[in-house]
Amino acid sequence: MNKWTRRGLLTTGVIFGGGLVLGIAIRPGNRTPGLAPLVTDDGETLVHTWVKLDTDNRITVIVPHSEMGQGVGTALSQMLADELDADWNLVSFEEAPAIEEFANHSLGQGFLLPGVELPAMIAPSVEGVLIKTAQALDLQITGGSMSIRATGQYGMRVAGAAVRELLVESAAEAWNVPVSEVSASKSYLAHEASGRRAPYSEFASAAAEKTPSLAPRLKTPDQFTVMGTHVERHDIPAKVDGSALFAMDVQVPGMLYATVRRAPTFGGNLAKLDDKAARGVRGVKDVISLPADEIGGTMSSFAAPATVAVVADSYWSAKQGLDKLELEWSSPDDVKRSSDDMFAQFDRDISQAANRQADIRSGDVAGAISGAAAVVKADYQVPFLAHTCMEPQNATVSVTDSGCEVWVGCQNPLGFRSAIADALGMDSDAVVVNNHFMGGGFGRRAIADCAVQAALLSQKMRKPVQVVWSREEDVRQDYYRPAIQSRFSGALDENGNLLAWENTYVNKHEPAEAPLIPYSVDSLDIGHVESPTHVPFGAWRSVDHSQHGFFTESFIDEVAIAAGQDPYQYRMDRLKDKPRHRAVLKKAAEAADWGTPLGSGRGRGISLQESFGSLVAQVVEVSLVNGETQVDRVVAAIDAGVAVSPDGLTAQIESGIIYGLTAALYGEITIEDGAVAESNFHDYQALRMPKAPIIETHIINSDAPIGGAGEPGTPGIAPALANAVFDASGVRVRRLPMSRPEVKMQLEDWSASAA
Amino acid sequence: MVAINVNGTTREVDVDPSTPLLWVIREQLSLTGTKFGCGMAQCGSCTVQLNGRPIRSCVTPVSAAVGQQVTTIEGLAPSDSELHPLQQAWIAHQVPQCGYCQSGQLMSAAALLEANPNPSDDEIDKAMAGNICRCGMYGRMKAAIKTVASASYYDAAATADGSKA
Repeated sequence: MNKWTRRGLLTTGVIFGGGLVLGIAIRPGNRTPGLAPLVTDDGETLVHTWVKLDTDNRITVIVPHSEMGQGVGTALSQMLADELDADWNLVSFEEAPAIEEFANHSLGQGFLLPGVELPAMIAPSVEGVLIKTAQALDLQITGGSMSIRATGQYGMRVAGAAVRELLVESAAEAWNVPVSEVSASKSYLAHEASGRRAPYSEFASAAAEKTPSLAPRLKTPDQFTVMGTHVERHDIPAKVDGSALFAMDVQVPGMLYATVRRAPTFGGNLAKLDDKAARGVRGVKDVISLPADEIGGTMSSFAAPATVAVVADSYWSAKQGLDKLELEWSSPDDVKRSSDDMFAQFDRDISQAANRQADIRSGDVAGAISGAAAVVKADYQVPFLAHTCMEPQNATVSVTDSGCEVWVGCQNPLGFRSAIADALGMDSDAVVVNNHFMGGGFGRRAIADCAVQAALLSQKMRKPVQVVWSREEDVRQDYYRPAIQSRFSGALDENGNLLAWENTYVNKHEPAEAPLIPYSVDSLDIGHVESPTHVPFGAWRSVDHSQHGFFTESFIDEVAIAAGQDPYQYRMDRLKDKPRHRAVLKKAAEAADWGTPLGSGRGRGISLQESFGSLVAQVVEVSLVNGETQVDRVVAAIDAGVAVSPDGLTAQIESGIIYGLTAALYGEITIEDGAVAESNFHDYQALRMPKAPIIETHIINSDAPIGGAGEPGTPGIAPALANAVFDASGVRVRRLPMSRPEVKMQLEDWSASAA
Repeated sequence: MVAINVNGTTREVDVDPSTPLLWVIREQLSLTGTKFGCGMAQCGSCTVQLNGRPIRSCVTPVSAAVGQQVTTIEGLAPSDSELHPLQQAWIAHQVPQCGYCQSGQLMSAAALLEANPNPSDDEIDKAMAGNICRCGMYGRMKAAIKTVASASYYDAAATADGSKA
């Protein structure tokens, strides 16, 4: 990166401990081109990549993550502001532009070195490698619950502390006093002995001339003044008066609207197209076929089926035109498969266990099972799931002779820029991405398929084009949470002690540790087999934890019941060397009055899940009425190390629980003849207010490293719910969702017999 | 040409009268606070008020709004300098996450309190059942609605002008 210079973005050797780019000075007249727009007037000095200090002493934090509801900008700004000893009322934030300088390599560090705490001494060298990796991969991702624990911890806090040190040094020099005598508080510097006091802004220029420390001193939690306090989210006022700008709200002069239909069968193609009637619809400008193509997913690439687009002067005209197309699709025989076919395949492949790969293995599982007093066996299955973000997929693109401008709401602006540049045959530098608020992300908005369609259509039409997918297209052309199956055996001695835990499942993705359990067991064998399907898959809130959390926390419950023991106590007894796990589980159980009677037709279930660096325990209370499951109350306890933004963390847990509960109760994407059968919210339901439980969230601040917030609430709700249904009725649900007819029949039978 | 009154202003638009009100509001009038979510009255993101009653604008032809009063999220606040009490409560309870469904949620909630200033939990559930929030902020919305109901804003307004009951 030879364009980085002392006065440019990055001073040589100033990369530190995950600080994404510890730049120091961008000033008027001496700018890195991509960052120039951030220095909007001549009175401003960009002291640091992460912080802009203007002449009014206002601080702007530049956030390299996208806002999809999680309040990331506010929380990250809190972390930087605290270390900087900034006045919170003077702090605001902007999302970083999609340029290489913001490739977030500390995110790469989190992914590549999960769970590894880097000593500060070696962090710079590791970062030196990772920054190149991140840029090569075009990573500017918001996902993996990484924003706070990677960008915040390694980037924002270090940046804030480094800038604070530079300001203190600059003031000490200007006042000709020792550095140790200069204090910083609420965006002012002071020298008590001489009574000098001045705002940060007075030293911004001098500080910008300095080389920041590789290892600024970070605060200890007892010194936090902004982190851990309740601050209102900056993005909320615009979200109550309709002024928040989502990508679909963008209106570019001369813009046309388009809507599309892709081959319904994954891997299918267009066989026949008659667009005469469509072209007769008022306002329709063109009907354009786009060939099948490869689209990079979050975890793999898939063939994006052939697409037909109708371009018009309004969305409604385009939609009317699309509905009038006479279309015939071809689909290869080998993809004309159903969900049932795939579950049969999973069952077969687990039984054959060919090329089984072990995730973890210890002790003598076979010996323990053959000598056990009792062996518990169970198979669990979960279906494909769509994301159904509230805002259907959309993108606006304007391709001109000189380049391409994109308006989108996405989780990976640099990745989108790269995908669009590739599709257009342009250099990435010619593509400008304007990222907007996302109407939900959940992993779906990391994939550039819709944006690539808009780019290709704009290129053909020579005008800006906004592509808006119908909800039907959004449901049927997703990158789905994979359906998988998992098989367990648990060996017990005559006292109910767990001697061995054996588990084989299909299709491992990420994170690698998702199928692991925290419980102590003598012999352990967890492994997987490959059993691929033709259905495109991608990251779905909490990724593999969404499946394995249900499996492992259901099975430990089954083991406890088989042992004749209380499921809460059984877990606690197997966490003797894990005080954080015990504390979280105990907190949830006590707050939920675990062990007190609930009465007929009601039940409680518990779960514990470690994911994305956080621990979450949940206790669910259900009532069963005529075969219907009503979730009355969820009590959650979370240990995310330190809650940077306590209300934000609480909101994320509430959100994660409702997202997981929707899936547990209703969520099922069914494949028939190779295509998705569901289409909209009437047949792919979402939880609504009348069915929403009361949620109580309890936060435990431990001394552990900061954990994630966006995803850890999701995995534990399905098993806690299934365990509660078992507690209430004796019906064990091993295949989700709860709305499946066979579950309803079992619960109705139970209701009839209990009545 | 079709003439419709939105937020107190009458505008003429050149669209087919069968065009859903949603797209006229968003594309012709550039009032983009009203959102597209499903296109079949399943999710409530497109909720606006027609003469004070909540409707799903994605399935309401613009012709049905002729001669009626349409209110969108941009017209909910009583003035430029003052938010509607529900908008204030939404901020106080830090309700929105992604925010996409919130215009529709607020228009449904405002219509509820206008008609029923002191709703029970069940009445709130029923009135809000048509609005999906994929971020799952149901508990916060319910709490915010109850805050406004208990503050008797609507009772006071009803007493003041005698027209709202």
